[in-house]
Amino acid sequence: MSYDSTYTREIPLVEARSGFKEIDSVLTHPLDTKPTKGWWIAFAISFTALLIGALSLANTLYFGIGEWGNNQPVGWAFDIVNFVFWIGIGHAGTLISAILFLFRQRWRTGIARFAEAMTIFAVMTAGIFPIIHTGRPWLAGYLLPLPNQNGVWVNFASPLLWDVFAVSTYFTISFLFWGIGLVPDLAVLRDRTTNKIKKTIYSVASLGWNFSNRNWSNYERAYLILAGISTPLVLSVHSIVSFDFAVSVIPGWHTTIFPPYFVAGAIFSGFGMVSTVLIIVRKVFDLEHIVTINHLEKMNKILLATGMMVGYAYAMEFFIAWYSGNTFEQFVFINRAFGPYAWAYWIMVSCNVFFPQLFWFKKVRRSIPITMVLVILVNVGMWFERFVIVVTSLHRDFLPSSWAMYAPTITDFGLLLGSFGFFFTFLLLFLKALPLVSIAEIKAVVEGAQPSIHPHPHSSNGEHK
Amino acid sequence: MIKKIQNFFKEFNSREDDEKRSGKIYAVTSLFDTPNEIMNASTEVADKGYKRFDTFTPYPVHGLDQAMGITNPLVGPIAFVGGILGCFLALLMIWWMSDANYPNIIGGKPFFALPAAIPITFEGTVLLTGIATVVGMLVLLNKLPKINNPLNDTEFMKHVSSDKFGIVIGANDKNFSETEVRDLFQSLGGHSIQNVYYRESNLTDKTPLFDSKFIMTLIAVAGLTALVSYFTLNYVLYEVVPFDWMRHQAKINSQSPSDFFPDKAGMRTPVEGTVARGFMPYEYKGLPDSAVRLLANPLPASKNILERGQDRYNIFCSPCHGYFGEGDGRMNDQFPKPPSLHNNKVLNWMDGNIYHVLTNGQNVMPSYESQISRDDRWAIVHYVRALQRSKNAKDQDLPK
Ligand code: HEC
Repeated sequence: MSYDSTYTREIPLVEARSGFKEIDSVLTHPLDTKPTKGWWIAFAISFTALLIGALSLANTLYFGIGEWGNNQPVGWAFDIVNFVFWIGIGHAGTLISAILFLFRQRWRTGIARFAEAMTIFAVMTAGIFPIIHTGRPWLAGYLLPLPNQNGVWVNFASPLLWDVFAVSTYFTISFLFWGIGLVPDLAVLRDRTTNKIKKTIYSVASLGWNFSNRNWSNYERAYLILAGISTPLVLSVHSIVSFDFAVSVIPGWHTTIFPPYFVAGAIFSGFGMVSTVLIIVRKVFDLEHIVTINHLEKMNKILLATGMMVGYAYAMEFFIAWYSGNTFEQFVFINRAFGPYAWAYWIMVSCNVFFPQLFWFKKVRRSIPITMVLVILVNVGMWFERFVIVVTSLHRDFLPSSWAMYAPTITDFGLLLGSFGFFFTFLLLFLKALPLVSIAEIKAVVEGAQPSIHPHPHSSNGEHK
Repeated sequence: MIKKIQNFFKEFNSREDDEKRSGKIYAVTSLFDTPNEIMNASTEVADKGYKRFDTFTPYPVHGLDQAMGITNPLVGPIAFVGGILGCFLALLMIWWMSDANYPNIIGGKPFFALPAAIPITFEGTVLLTGIATVVGMLVLLNKLPKINNPLNDTEFMKHVSSDKFGIVIGANDKNFSETEVRDLFQSLGGHSIQNVYYRESNLTDKTPLFDSKFIMTLIAVAGLTALVSYFTLNYVLYEVVPFDWMRHQAKINSQSPSDFFPDKAGMRTPVEGTVARGFMPYEYKGLPDSAVRLLANPLPASKNILERGQDRYNIFCSPCHGYFGEGDGRMNDQFPKPPSLHNNKVLNWMDGNIYHVLTNGQNVMPSYESQISRDDRWAIVHYVRALQRSKNAKDQDLPK
């Protein structure tokens, strides 16, 4: 197979349909074969990271969160930084699957399934942090409004509770979205496999999907509705996460720009992560003609746009601090840029705003190695953005007598590493267990897949069978 | 053990592929090669007046709905109902929990305020819309899961799931005739025209789902799981021991031992030289009432205090002294009869003397120091004075 720039030109459509069989075999290839050496190496690395995370978690659970560097006045640190970071990563998946779907961006098909899976795993990773940061995660049941012995309910006026609802709704809806996308593909797998055990599993998991057009018709409508509701959902989730900060009175947190600023940052970081992983995956699984350089270029453009939105927010925060005339606010921002954590601030600004400017050049956008470096920098920069917001705002607030510096402990780093291990372990298992590009969707956008004739309207309506 | 598992898998793999098919025809199927062919064919089949037919494509082909003459009118309304329900339930939950059932004062905010309820209401709306859409689409409209559909596991299905397009005309269509349908497919350019027969399990009336034994087992399993998970969750999340009904609590009862303190005693003695709050020692302890001359009632004889005194008096004193202090309480004949509180002795007493009797006790009357707080004792004294005055009212006490 020779790899050209787009799959539409790539897959030979000689007898029109022979291309479809090829799509099937390319996309199910990773599932039908034993894992390659590259996969095992990647799995070993991420699983080791996961185990390190598990050890740090055990340490935290046994001795308590005193094992972390958090202490007054920096009561929120790596735990919340990691939470916001991972939730943000998740946003690209929904954006690609829902918003780009509504905008009829057909190039999304190549990366949507994968990005959705990333969303789910990222939200799972994120969910760990607020729960362990409560200190007694076994009492996490009290986060939900469940009837209990004390008769009290949760505090519905608290943004932290809104977060519980937003994140769990987000997870559920992303899972449903991903799940109904998988149903037809599982049916394809069911009809391809010769192994009885796999067949039984696929038959049950595909719910007996039978490709009937009466089913497709409802399916497509449902997909559209899901995309429609996921769009405001994804915007609401990071807005609500930002309320955790914005609703407080700490200078540096208490700003109205936070919701849109957080959403833009989430999309930015999410795209950064999707690109990072896709660049590796398309290479390892030979999918360069399905996830093409055109996809990467389009994602780079989105990175450029969202990166500048984030940059605008950074600038606007400074402007408002000056314009408000509030000395505390002004102090916080000067302290951010020139105080003891200035290094973190400048890492953030250069990775998120300065370096992505290189994407103005077409050569850079289409060069895989440079893109790889830049998107990794985006991941780094966005992690530091959350660090800057959380730590620098807390470490010097109204009362100079309570100022203090924050230093993470080895357990903090272990948990951070472990979160990456958790995420990538799931991702690698997903890559070997399910088709990482939607088979049905990609067939539908192949050249010649849609009829060139248009039907005439009927008077008679067929009934549903 | 591993051998056994391996054998099981081997045996499973070599099982007969498809379930036995019956002789009863389910439908006639035909395959087509291109999207244009399938568009034409579906249009023709619909025009011929067939109702029980369906088109099968590996991916959604646009325009087929119109070609087949079908619409999808129900998905939207189902989603809408889910959304309305989610919105309503979320608002109801928030209002009921934070305003009706257990109002909690939080930062002086109103118990229920719409702005604070919006985020969760929004999430609830989205959640139920999404669940309703997916469940409605899959279960209600597409009638899934249905794994033993006669079309599944056929050559036809293997093709339409991959690279071919197919049409199926069901035998339950009122215009159905095998030869006519085959001719129609032939004329439309279809190939691999085949009959599909019902599976035996499709024909037996009994769906295994409605088997009474199955349902009973299901209910039993569900009930058991619910109970077990209820108790384990309670134990794990809230540390509530099942079936204990809070008999055992993580607190130290008086007189019980405790490993926490070095002396292994659960009860603590006050630190030397200190007095616990509300436990000022009584300076006339054990002295005769003649010694008590200087104690004055620190409380004003206000309405509140008199009412409090009445309340305490009726609880603590009335059993022996009677509601009006005449010594005719309900304990008569079971306990030495106390003297009337309206005798000259008590009438002439200072407040401090009455207080002294309550605090110190007098002969058979026990001390109430440990049961009634100091202020309450003084309130009772006021009330006893009021009782006395009511029995010896002067002219000016009468209302004019
Ligand atoms: C268990 C029954 C009992 C209760 C309850 C009780 N008393 Fe007495 N009280 C007596 C007896 C008996 C005497 C007489 C003691 C004696 O022999 O000197 C007495 C004596 C008195 C006297 C002194 C009367 C006198 O002539 O010497 C006063 C005043 C008095 N009680 C007030 C109260 C008040 C106020 C209360 C409520 C806090 C109360 N008592 C509760 C049994 C009781």
